[in-house]
Amino acid sequence: MNPLLEVEDLHIGFRTDRGVIEAVRGISFAMGREKLGIVGESGSGKSVTGRAILRLLPENAAVVARRLVFDGLDLQKVGAREMRAIRGGRIGMVLQDPKFSLNPVMRVGGQIEEAARIHLGLSRKAARQRGLEMLEAVRIRDPERVFAAYPHELSGGMGQRVMIAIMLVAGPDLLIADEPTSALDVTVQMQVLAIMDELVTKRGMGLVFISHDLPLVASFCDRVLVMYRGEIVETCRADMLDKATHPYTKRLLEAVPVL
Amino acid sequence: MIEAEDLTVSFGRVAALRGVSFHVERGGSFGLVGESGSGKTTVLRVVAGLIPDWGGRLSLAGETVLARSPRRFHRRLQMVFQDPYGSLHPRHTVDRILAEPLAIHRLPDPERRIARALDDVGLGPAFRFRYPHQLSGGQRQRVAIARALVLEPEILLLDEPTSALDVSVQAEILKLLVRLKVERGLTTVLVSHNLAVVAMLCDRIAVMREGVVVEETSVSALREERVSHPYTRQLLAASRGYDPALARRDL
Ligand SMILES: Nc1ncnc2c1ncn2[C@@H]1O[C@H](COP(=O)(O)OP(=O)(O)OP(=O)(O)O)[C@@H](O)[C@H]1O
Ligand SMILES: Nc1ncnc2c1ncn2[C@@H]1O[C@H](COP(=O)(O)OP(=O)(O)OP(=O)(O)O)[C@@H](O)[C@H]1O
Ligand SMILES: [Mg+2]
Ligand SMILES: [Mg+2]
Repeated sequence: MNPLLEVEDLHIGFRTDRGVIEAVRGISFAMGREKLGIVGESGSGKSVTGRAILRLLPENAAVVARRLVFDGLDLQKVGAREMRAIRGGRIGMVLQDPKFSLNPVMRVGGQIEEAARIHLGLSRKAARQRGLEMLEAVRIRDPERVFAAYPHELSGGMGQRVMIAIMLVAGPDLLIADEPTSALDVTVQMQVLAIMDELVTKRGMGLVFISHDLPLVASFCDRVLVMYRGEIVETCRADMLDKATHPYTKRLLEAVPVL
Repeated sequence: MIEAEDLTVSFGRVAALRGVSFHVERGGSFGLVGESGSGKTTVLRVVAGLIPDWGGRLSLAGETVLARSPRRFHRRLQMVFQDPYGSLHPRHTVDRILAEPLAIHRLPDPERRIARALDDVGLGPAFRFRYPHQLSGGQRQRVAIARALVLEPEILLLDEPTSALDVSVQAEILKLLVRLKVERGLTTVLVSHNLAVVAMLCDRIAVMREGVVVEETSVSALREERVSHPYTRQLLAASRGYDPALARRDL
């Protein structure tokens, strides 16, 4: 079986007034329709890796890779127009700052509706129905109210769930989720993870799950990549994370707070 | 240091706080946990004077604070926001973000203070001339913490301050906060979804749901699972990692 996503020798640099910042230094990984966790140092290149796949990096970024292939499609050869269709369609991304990826002057409902209409071709009425269902699925207590709200009227965790709902509406083949549950209490987090889990196991979605919560990644994901200073220093089965051998991974594991 | 009695806040039809009370003594650390959307951020914003209209009683350092009245507490009280991107000026460098509050309050020796604050949060001098959009999520969060600390406040309100940090940096920040509490008597209110993080800094915690505190308890009681409210029990159960069977049981 072909992998869903192949990344080979990916380099990401940023040109600044004060020289080039090498954020990612030659990482390679491949994944199937599984839950792949990415953990690691703050600033090690997790988010920019996700953004590079979807070409969401700013002008001053230089991305070079030997291979960047999604489901047989060479992402480096795809045109801007096709990329726009892939983004939010076949590949969804939940960004680390969810409230900033929502349009601040558009009601939440309109944004979910738009996703359902563009990617699923639903009528306005059906899109609204689908949107409300998605909000309910991510455990929004009062979907009607949130549907009519503007992003600034939401709590941190509500914004995060709205963003997840928008990304899941299209039924992507691959979801890149950057700290998608960091603002959720543990009970709601569990429900949201269960939704993603089901999409992976029942519908064959691939999930890249970027997180700082090591025990969560160990219990939720199938495999884990550990990043440090722009490199992948270790790859292991998620349930074996506590037996990791790289010194940086060990250092991280020792720092996990316990109640 | 902080006495909040029966706080209420409404946003239109939404009753965000429906009578929240808590006390934090000087040098104490109080944890707020609870459901997403339960009003934790709203509590902090009332205490910080960022919501003009609220009900109930509030006093800070023995001074009664009134709703809809200007506040003089600024420098002595700082808040680290849940979403650091929104709270950092997009076109200011890290250097300027840290220098401006120092200049406004005319604190001496800004150079040394800025260098120290960055070092405290594990960001080297190279970060001084970056803009917020040139930082990772956790780096931005650390700039927001540095900006709050640089003014040496007496009360620090922290809204999910370590959610974007790797656990190793998180541990350093928590150690720093514990040190400030011991050395300077810093009073803190910490909002976090991570019970273990709250336990590292706080002695008492309140569990919120739908605008009210459903249980106030000590960290040691939490550790020993001596809690009374079913929701607190659910939180404890759900904090042991992903468990599909538990998720299906519809919490
Ligand atoms: N636009 C940019 N210009 C310059 N440097 C950047 C830019 N965006 C990111 N960087 C740098 O690239 C590195 C990797 O950033 P990235 O956001 O991927 O980190 P991360 O692993 O997601 O960290 P965190 O866990 O803190 O979110 C960081 O050191 C960051 O400062
Ligand atoms: N400016 C606003 N306008 C309307 N409603 C608001 C506003 N700010 C907050 N709310 C509502 O008040 C309630 C409490 O929000 P708050 O941000 O305090 O929750 P929270 O406990 O911090 O949640 P989270 O853990 O998700 O950050 C939510 O229902 C939210 O939608
Ligand atoms: Mg990141
Ligand atoms: Mg909040």
